[in-house]
Amino acid sequence: MSQQSTALPAAPTRPSTLWQVLTSTDHKSIGLTYMGVAAVFLVLGGLEALVMRVQLAVPNNRLIAGETYDRFLTMHGTTMIFFVLLPLLLGFTNYLLPLQIGARDMAFPRMNAFSLWLLVGGGLLLYLSPFTGAPSQGWFSYAPLSETPFTPQRGVDLWSAALIISGYGTTLTAVNILVTGARLRARGMLYKRLPMFAWMGWINGFIILFALPCLTAVLLMLEVDRLLGAGLFTRGDPVLWQHYFWLFGHPEIYLLILPSWGLISEIIPVFSRKPIFGYEFVAWSTVAIAFLSFAVYAHHMFAVGLGWPVDLAFGTTSMVIAIPTGIKIFNWLATMWKGSVRYTLPMLYAAAFIVQFTFGGVTGVTFAVVPIDWQLTDTYYVVAHFHYVLFGGSLFAVLAGLHYLYPKFTGRFLDERLGKWGFWLNVIGFNGVFLVQHLLGLMGMPRRVYTYPALPGWGALNLFSTVSGFVLGVGLLVLLVNLVRSRTHGVPAGRDPWNGWTLEWLSSSPPARENFALLPPLHSRRPLWDLKHPDDMDHVRPRRHDKNGHIREEERDHT
Amino acid sequence: MSAYPVFDPASSLARPITDLTRLTFWLGFGVFLIVVLVLAYFMWRYRHRGADGEPGQVFGNTRDEVSWIVAAVLLVAFLLFMTVRTAAASSPSTAGGTPDIYVVAHQWYWEFRTPDGAVSSDELHLPVGQRVLLDLTSTDVIHDFSAPQLARKIDVIPGQHNRLWIEAARPGTFSGACNEFCGPQHAWMRFTVIAEPPAEYRAGQAARAAVAAVSNASASRGAQVFARVQCGACHGVRGQPSAFPHDGAVGPDLTHFASRRILAGGVLTNTPEHVQRWLRDTQGVKPGARMPTLPLSGTEISDLTTYLEALK
Repeated sequence: MSQQSTALPAAPTRPSTLWQVLTSTDHKSIGLTYMGVAAVFLVLGGLEALVMRVQLAVPNNRLIAGETYDRFLTMHGTTMIFFVLLPLLLGFTNYLLPLQIGARDMAFPRMNAFSLWLLVGGGLLLYLSPFTGAPSQGWFSYAPLSETPFTPQRGVDLWSAALIISGYGTTLTAVNILVTGARLRARGMLYKRLPMFAWMGWINGFIILFALPCLTAVLLMLEVDRLLGAGLFTRGDPVLWQHYFWLFGHPEIYLLILPSWGLISEIIPVFSRKPIFGYEFVAWSTVAIAFLSFAVYAHHMFAVGLGWPVDLAFGTTSMVIAIPTGIKIFNWLATMWKGSVRYTLPMLYAAAFIVQFTFGGVTGVTFAVVPIDWQLTDTYYVVAHFHYVLFGGSLFAVLAGLHYLYPKFTGRFLDERLGKWGFWLNVIGFNGVFLVQHLLGLMGMPRRVYTYPALPGWGALNLFSTVSGFVLGVGLLVLLVNLVRSRTHGVPAGRDPWNGWTLEWLSSSPPARENFALLPPLHSRRPLWDLKHPDDMDHVRPRRHDKNGHIREEERDHT
Repeated sequence: MSAYPVFDPASSLARPITDLTRLTFWLGFGVFLIVVLVLAYFMWRYRHRGADGEPGQVFGNTRDEVSWIVAAVLLVAFLLFMTVRTAAASSPSTAGGTPDIYVVAHQWYWEFRTPDGAVSSDELHLPVGQRVLLDLTSTDVIHDFSAPQLARKIDVIPGQHNRLWIEAARPGTFSGACNEFCGPQHAWMRFTVIAEPPAEYRAGQAARAAVAAVSNASASRGAQVFARVQCGACHGVRGQPSAFPHDGAVGPDLTHFASRRILAGGVLTNTPEHVQRWLRDTQGVKPGARMPTLPLSGTEISDLTTYLEALK
């Protein structure tokens, strides 16, 4: 007793890192947790892809024939779209949006944590489904194939529950993003001065908010059919499913690319040492795309037989959406014009992004040309196309962003040598897997098949694709090793390693709790440029510069 | 059969699409090439060469923006014009006419019926040089009818009747396949289109409409096995006695089995060895197929095979 009474009060113990991650409401911790969760699912989804590629390596293969293959197909698609790309992009948005607009956190930090754990819960539920028979109806889950008579296993119900639950989380995140962007901008951070990533991430909030509920609604309808026997899509109209699904599904593609465009629009200016060319055009083209993304969905359904007026209307909108997308690509190129391009890892990934995304965009336009879609839809040409957009485009932009922001996340650089290896393996592997799949599609190989006859060329191209898949796998593994190793072994980076211009580079690396002690006055889109160049601030630029962007002779000595 | 069916049309319906595909690919390749070359040139020409200080800060140029927006709009307008033109030529109106052939898709085979009573499975016979109107429906899930050298593809939807014009301009065999994911055996839902000169087509059609003629007397043992294991519960053989009133509309019609080239959606070619393998190990050859692996003895299998191969 006496000993106890004389003891000093115990020092408050620091909670374990795990506990901190699990309970944090800090937007940075939540953002990084999103990315960590996505990394785990990327490994799972990637392994599923490799299993499928092994099955498809040679014609008439019976290694994982029939329904088993379809289970891998379904899990791969669902995992990559909902539990890899989506959390990666939400992670970047969570981490960067408050930093870029000079806020201390998201508008609703506790709801933010709730959204994250809903998504994680959904992912866990999805990976419980193999214990009850994994879903095999495809991520697009077309009725009536997804109905009980054709796909009886409980895994389909777990699959929809997983997407409903994570979908609620994502919808709440959209609300959080919209309120944060609308209400928490620092004084002087006007809408027209938002950094490109913040702008595109914020616009993305609208797409999520309007698209995700369509999916939730149609999944509930499917469950009403499956669990209560309503027959909405069997006694009713099976095509109804497709309308709801693609009314969600096509905006979904755009909500998986908008934040990626945002990252590219940050990286290219910084490493070209010039501001983004045509800020207003890039910004407004994003708004145009957000609107149009809801008006193109039926181009997934040109083969359904909806009738020529419908096909023509959606073909037109699908072509029109290529124009604002093209505007972005030309502005990125023009940003490099007369710049001073640094060959850093983020810039290399951004360059690969432009090439691959443009290729995917061009093949995308071929689907808007309705008769071509009548020939090529549901072949491997489609598989190649959307992997160029989502992997070669969106995920490569994420990798660019990861190399760009890693010093901010950890305070250290990623290793340059390992990074270069990873980059080239990823580029060669990715293009090796998917470039030949365009040819397979033109040869008439249907998508979603577990095997194929030994027609001339089919075996060789598929084998090439499979081997490249393993190169890609090694590339991603090298990246993963680099991410883990550089946390402790990387070169220290400091707060502003890239000589950046947006507010996140003002905070320490990693940023302290609540991000900023003080903010500089915000007069322009590049507050850090203004701080670094007090004699050449952006908001006094128009009257002091010639058309090449240099300070006029007679203005040289004025400050 | 051609390595690139979309570039080797054999039909006045598919040819316009091929021309448009070529045009669009060249235009798209041109745009892609411009972007890549500009990117490569800028990255090389404006690479950092060790100079201090920042380059001139250019924020944009409205004239440049307008010029590439106009270029994009013109390109899109041209493609749209070509789309409308080609669509009319490759997918003419199907309203009004009576269908010539009824296509019924099943998990996982195709059934082709004509009003004169001919039935075939996984083999569509067409007269050369005539446009034929198809009526397509499905008994279970959504499938998709795709014969890229002869026509556009179209979905086959339960409860709906889509229609499609198809034409073969030259005699030959053309491959087709289901293109909409329809379950575990989507891979083996292929079919062959056989285009014949009209006279041959008419003769073949008459033969296909006729009832089965079992030519081989030794096949009668197989017919007994067929009846005993109740194959007729799913399969019809027209002209042969059946215990089942619905005349076997579940599985493929077997009336002219011996004249078929492929089995079970293309998973096997029609040879006696393959038929035996199919009967011995149905689920091993085509896992998930609606036909179970039947507990048949070796003699039963060879008898059945003899019977089936006698159904000319």
